[in-house]
Amino acid sequence: MDLVAVLALEVLFAIASLALISAGLAVIFGMMRVVNLAHGEFLMLGGYAAIIATNSGINIWISMLIVAPLVVAAIGVIVERLLIRFLYGRMVDTMLATWGLSLFFIGLVTTIFGNTTRGISSPLGGATVGDYKIGLYKLFIIGVTVVLLAAVYLVLRRTKLGLIARGTMQNANMASALGISPDKVYAITFAIGAGLSGLAGALLAPLTGIVPTIGIAYIAKSFITVIGGGAAILTGTISASTLFGTINQLVTFQSSPVFGEVALLVAAVILLRLLPQGITGRFFRRSM
Amino acid sequence: MKFNRREFLQTGAAAAAAGAVLPHAAQAADEIVVSQIHDQSGIFDIYGNPMVETFNMAVDEINAAGGLLGKKLKSINYDPQSKMELYGQYAQQSALKDRVSVVHGGITSASREVIRPVLRRYNTLYFYNTLYEGGVCDRNTFCTGTTPAQTVEKLVPYVTKNFGKKVYILAADYNYGQITAKWVTKFVRDNGGEVVETEFFPLDVTNFGPTIQKIQAAKPDAIVSALVGGAHLSFYRQWHAGGMKNEIPIASTTFGGGNEHIVLTEEEGNGIIYACGYFMELDTPDSKAYVARFAKKYGEKHSYLTELPTATYEGMMLWAKAVENAGTTDRMKVIEALEDNLSIDGPSGKVSVDPKTHHVVRTALIAECHNKGFRLLESHENQFPSDTAAFCDLEKNPNDNTHYEIKI
Repeated sequence: MDLVAVLALEVLFAIASLALISAGLAVIFGMMRVVNLAHGEFLMLGGYAAIIATNSGINIWISMLIVAPLVVAAIGVIVERLLIRFLYGRMVDTMLATWGLSLFFIGLVTTIFGNTTRGISSPLGGATVGDYKIGLYKLFIIGVTVVLLAAVYLVLRRTKLGLIARGTMQNANMASALGISPDKVYAITFAIGAGLSGLAGALLAPLTGIVPTIGIAYIAKSFITVIGGGAAILTGTISASTLFGTINQLVTFQSSPVFGEVALLVAAVILLRLLPQGITGRFFRRSM
Repeated sequence: MKFNRREFLQTGAAAAAAGAVLPHAAQAADEIVVSQIHDQSGIFDIYGNPMVETFNMAVDEINAAGGLLGKKLKSINYDPQSKMELYGQYAQQSALKDRVSVVHGGITSASREVIRPVLRRYNTLYFYNTLYEGGVCDRNTFCTGTTPAQTVEKLVPYVTKNFGKKVYILAADYNYGQITAKWVTKFVRDNGGEVVETEFFPLDVTNFGPTIQKIQAAKPDAIVSALVGGAHLSFYRQWHAGGMKNEIPIASTTFGGGNEHIVLTEEEGNGIIYACGYFMELDTPDSKAYVARFAKKYGEKHSYLTELPTATYEGMMLWAKAVENAGTTDRMKVIEALEDNLSIDGPSGKVSVDPKTHHVVRTALIAECHNKGFRLLESHENQFPSDTAAFCDLEKNPNDNTHYEIKI
């Protein structure tokens, strides 16, 4: 019985971490149609920002929850102004440009911090469930993910900023005719997407450690989740994370991490064969 | 100037022909050339850089003491960038172009198996100075690192005596981890214990959550880890994050070899048991003098000295003494000098060559990770490489060229 509870927590954690690493990409790729191959590097930069900030004496919660997203959002603004804004509507070109950007970030960080793993130990410690110990930090990540997704929903649905962003993504010319500057909206949306990625990278850093190349471990899973989710970015990300995270974790528990990854990829292939438009192409079509 | 294809081919061919007939950069008569092939960039640079530094220190010390046979040593450093194809290329260059007297190099077992056949084919002496799974039987090759019979054989009794008899094994999923896990299983059974589960992880796995739950379900008395590399560090982090740190002890043959104890925080690393051939805090006069010389050469913030760089230093010193004894750098004569139970007193203690296996008899240490360093628990001198010796006898079969594996 305890084992079931603990396993359920692991599954929830797998779902939350998938949703967390995909949220930023869902905004940048799902909303803005920019194929951001540097997404993994945004996560990596968030991790470095948190670790460097913590090691230089800033409180670990502030470094993870505030410093890292702000730093990466700022980098996002720079990237958008210097590179991405020339490429809207040219999906293949954004792919090539962000791939270059990804190599640039990996090279830059390797030059500055070296090609070695860094880390901080995770706060909070453990709690006992019957015969088992669980990490409270994992519960915290699950909580943050729920809050984050709720916040994204509320911003998009209930605020003027959200309405303007959605309108601009749907029809930039019309938004422009109504007196809104699409340039500004694009820059802000891109920065929010980058900031979400930075937050995710920072939250996962204590559990995985950080190397300049860690983005590679995240990028494929994020794209699979966002594409598997389909057009509605929030519902899509949540439903795809739930499906893939559950399959991955249960198979991993039964066999090994290798088969867990295999099962996730097989599930993604089958899903896209049956539902080429992703989950929200068929179900929850009117959701966000 | 216009350059059509035909002209290009003609001039190109002429240039190539000219290059081919030019003599090799001839070795100066007063120099002995040696080479090293260690990764100074890419994913293995954390292992390779200190090895390059101690190799250079050994060469400098030999030269400062007057060189070998009245000649200066000249060392050629190749950086294979953690790429296997470059290992092969540089081994060929060392043997055919530089005509070196000895090659020291290789870090992973995979890279060793790239170099070894090349150097054997071209009759160039080879030293492999890394801890590994044991079993290489090749008269042209000398292995100076520890093997499982030296480390695991001491580690497992320590675990079963102090923690209990139920052991859970975690290992990296390539030849080192697979074979080491078999040795751990063998020694656990020999000590009357039981292996409840063995799990293998590819080198890029970072999610150990389900494994940690499985370990808790199996309730072992101890964990033996042969996890390797930066991604696997996540296990120790998640183990600590899950509150398991003080519940089940961990013992390892690899924790420390890749600076795990420095990268992890003190809370994450303290108390992990490590079996190895050398660690920097070892408190003997030879060890302290060696660390002091290294600090003088590379500054106070120098690399941490693990078994890998130290065995590299000792490997170079073994070869140098063999050359002195043989009075020549001729490959066969040097091999025979090494096979004459040659020994040196290195930083890790007495190191002597076992003529039958071309491995070394050396000290095995059991240590505990403490505040980003290690402290000594047990020291076992003159440990014989009995794992390789079980299969390999180069006195009887000098032409043997096999990598033996234990069967369980």
